[in-house]
Amino acid sequence: MSALAHGMRMDAALPADVPAMENSQALMQADGLCRLFGPEQGCQDISFTLYPGEVLGLVGESGSGKSTLLSTLSGRLPPDRGRVRYRDGADWVDLYATGEGRRRALLRTQWGFVEQNPRDGLRMPVSAGANIGERLMAQGARHYGRLRQSALDWLRHVEIDISRIDDTPNAFSGGMQQRLQIARNLVSGPRLVFMDEPTGGLDVSVQARILDLLRKLVRELDLSVILVTHDLAVARLLADRLMVMRRSRIVEAGLTDQILDDPQHPYTQLLVSSILRV
Amino acid sequence: MNAARAGKAPRSGKMLPGYNFAYLDEESKRMIRRGLLKAVAIPGFQIPFGGREMPLPYGWGTGGIQVTASIITPEDVLKVIDQGADDTTNAVSIRQFFERVAGIASTTRTREATIIQTRHRIPETPLASGQIMVFQVPIPEPLRFIEPSETETATLHALGDYGIMHVKLYEDIVRHGHIATCYAYPVEVNGRYVMDPSPIPRFDNPKLHMSPALMLFGAGREKRLYALPPHTAVVSLDFEDHPFAIQRPEAACAICGSTESYLDELIVDDAGARRYVCSDTDYCQRRAEARGEARGEAS
Repeated sequence: MSALAHGMRMDAALPADVPAMENSQALMQADGLCRLFGPEQGCQDISFTLYPGEVLGLVGESGSGKSTLLSTLSGRLPPDRGRVRYRDGADWVDLYATGEGRRRALLRTQWGFVEQNPRDGLRMPVSAGANIGERLMAQGARHYGRLRQSALDWLRHVEIDISRIDDTPNAFSGGMQQRLQIARNLVSGPRLVFMDEPTGGLDVSVQARILDLLRKLVRELDLSVILVTHDLAVARLLADRLMVMRRSRIVEAGLTDQILDDPQHPYTQLLVSSILRV
Repeated sequence: MNAARAGKAPRSGKMLPGYNFAYLDEESKRMIRRGLLKAVAIPGFQIPFGGREMPLPYGWGTGGIQVTASIITPEDVLKVIDQGADDTTNAVSIRQFFERVAGIASTTRTREATIIQTRHRIPETPLASGQIMVFQVPIPEPLRFIEPSETETATLHALGDYGIMHVKLYEDIVRHGHIATCYAYPVEVNGRYVMDPSPIPRFDNPKLHMSPALMLFGAGREKRLYALPPHTAVVSLDFEDHPFAIQRPEAACAICGSTESYLDELIVDDAGARRYVCSDTDYCQRRAEARGEARGEAS
């Protein structure tokens, strides 16, 4: 995979003012991103480049700034400093310099956002079919029959019984809700999906099923993913490349196998050695 | 100003002493008129205004009364309907209120009125240029039932991001097999804003489109104004394979025989026998009179 070739090891102390590499291949680029709520609370000095088809994992302990960074990258939380750029076809969009309309349009067409808690990402009072169809309707789809057909297709994709199409997510189990949320995000054919602990709060067997599904979809659809997790097993399974965060900064970045098998930074070493081995 | 407003109008002149003309003070009326001017300038867009306490409870037409009080002149002729009827409690009370605090003339005839304050209906008799409809609106925000956040709905309006309105219609088809929203049916105004036409039946939606009359909407509890200027395009939202359609009555009016008007269903005995009568009492009465005259001439 070409993405792996680019996944070079970044030094933790890499200064943020290194001129951004103008790479026509890249999908997203963050330069000196900074959003702080207090000293070392939030994220700062974040620079990286994401390539098409690449799964980038963000790992680190609670409060290290992973979710803040994810919100900033996904257009939901303006940074104090720095910028995020996204390549939309031939032109680069500066996320926070462009209008809110463009940002929202990106978020519901070319991007997806899978929340940790499916209740945050789903519209709970409306049926599964309407949840899946919402993005299409927002894009102007006005044909009920076709909306329903794509809802059925996506339910099949995420392995939910199609007879549940008219049930509300309230009647679904946690794992089904999470799969429905994934379907709802992928229906618009996004290129980039943000995931915040997509398997957090699910039991181990359901987790395994969702991870399987995600791996399959990522491969089939050639998705880029930015994945936040504190679970290194999930990171190893899904991510091509990892960034380890601690106290609002990236302390180590590189290929997943490299980082997990040969951690350099003391914190990463601690993190890797603390995995329970059964 | 226009034919209907210029002529006649014998004002009753009997105004209660101690009140300003039309109850509200002049500053409040100016504030509401400024809001109405903005509303007319941006068709379908909701304008906030400083709603005043009125001598009746929220939900009884406080928004409509404030709008009427702000635009009414001594020469105006007022008609008030509730569920299409001139003789229901709410309609009678509001009409008498303005007779007493503004000393204006009132009527039940749609053609003679210059201002028609309404809840639930648009009269069957076609409106004319120069007439003003005032709607009493309970919930002005069409996106409210699916999106509870006010800041979010305001953003959705600003960006013209109306996908979730169709989510509601989609749910209707899922549950009922057709779009079952039969009142407060959402419309797109002038190709831009989605608007709640308030509690009028879907049957009346086509009357909004290119109406020669000015339509003003006032929500007292939510403190919002919006408007449709005359000759504004109003399109009811729908799906390509489930197009918007109005319900056609299955029966004829028991009094005037109309098959064109919106009918109320009355249960008339313990066995469940039904009668249908026009909800627009003025329209029904005119038709019944015309039929009576025709019959009289024939005999």
